[in-house]
Amino acid sequence: MSKPRVKLPKTASAGEVVQIKTLISHKMESGQRKDKSGNKIPRNIINKFACTFNGKPVFSCDIEPAISANPYMQFNARVDESGEFEFTWVDDNGNVSSAKKKIKVA
Amino acid sequence: MTYKKTIIAGACLSAAMFVGALSTDALAADWKSYATPNGHPLGKVISGYEFRSPETQALQQDDFENPGFLWVDKGEELWDTVDGTEEKACSSCHGDAAESMATAGTHFPKWNDALGKPVNLEQQINICRTKNMGAEAWKWESDPLLSMTVFVRHQSRGEPVNVAQNGNMSEWSDRGKKLYYERVGQLDMACASCHETNYGNRIRSDLLSQGQSNGFPTYRLKWQKVGSLHRRFKGCMSQVRATPYKVGGDEFLALETYLAYRGVGLPVETPAVRQ
Repeated sequence: MSKPRVKLPKTASAGEVVQIKTLISHKMESGQRKDKSGNKIPRNIINKFACTFNGKPVFSCDIEPAISANPYMQFNARVDESGEFEFTWVDDNGNVSSAKKKIKVA
Repeated sequence: MTYKKTIIAGACLSAAMFVGALSTDALAADWKSYATPNGHPLGKVISGYEFRSPETQALQQDDFENPGFLWVDKGEELWDTVDGTEEKACSSCHGDAAESMATAGTHFPKWNDALGKPVNLEQQINICRTKNMGAEAWKWESDPLLSMTVFVRHQSRGEPVNVAQNGNMSEWSDRGKKLYYERVGQLDMACASCHETNYGNRIRSDLLSQGQSNGFPTYRLKWQKVGSLHRRFKGCMSQVRATPYKVGGDEFLALETYLAYRGVGLPVETPAVRQ
């Protein structure tokens, strides 16, 4: 997995609902395909995505094989205090990718 | 006699249906087009962007949602990565890509004196790697080569395509032109059969574009990744059931040279998003 892309505002007012966008590169091999010699290509997808804010869960989801390559997630979160969002992606091979992004409440 | 009449009536009917399809599908008035120089085969050039669905266009318009930017990011990282025996990175010679590569994406394929033939952007990157960095050439269609090509060409986004067609290049352009109009494969089709005569019409469910190269390397939803122009050429050739030429080979290089001329004036869109 490569470096993920995360976008959220740098500052917000207390209690504001901010939009968070994330994009990560992953081939999301569904496990349904066969290679040239007819052998099944083992499933390798990102199966979990989670976002926390100052250590508290904000959003998480299980991802299924129907999600296409390079999954894009967009969700909203209410920010009451300054802090750090942390994002993690876990795939079937156990690879973990993560990103951190700070937000300041003015 | 009746038989002949039926055929003529049938032909008229299908012609009428064809025209009908044209007027509903071809929202020609909405297409952003660019004027062409004298002697150009097309009256105006239109980017493939205009032929895509609003959803696909929206994906390209948003620099965050556009998945092609994953490759731009990777390329940016590679730009500063030292590799090879000379212990150099691209940035060691070229500095800030935003400055040094500002128009690089508009004038490839470009004549190379040492090789005595034109080279495209991918080949130029590998020439730099092997000659100046003492590094190994990246494999065609490999992730690093695609990333670097996308990154470099992205620096010229918005700049009009401007490829030299004169002097030494004319021979290659002519060769590409010949390939463009040459019918190949079991379906006996040339590039021009779809992309010149029938752009704006549907081929099954797909709206045919002018087959322009200004968005390449492009993120194709079908591929679920970024791919090179030569990969697209290969796909087109397989679709008309011809044996594709080699990616990175002289035939595709000539075709790429001619195609750049066919899209002269179009702004570079790399990384574009296509269906």
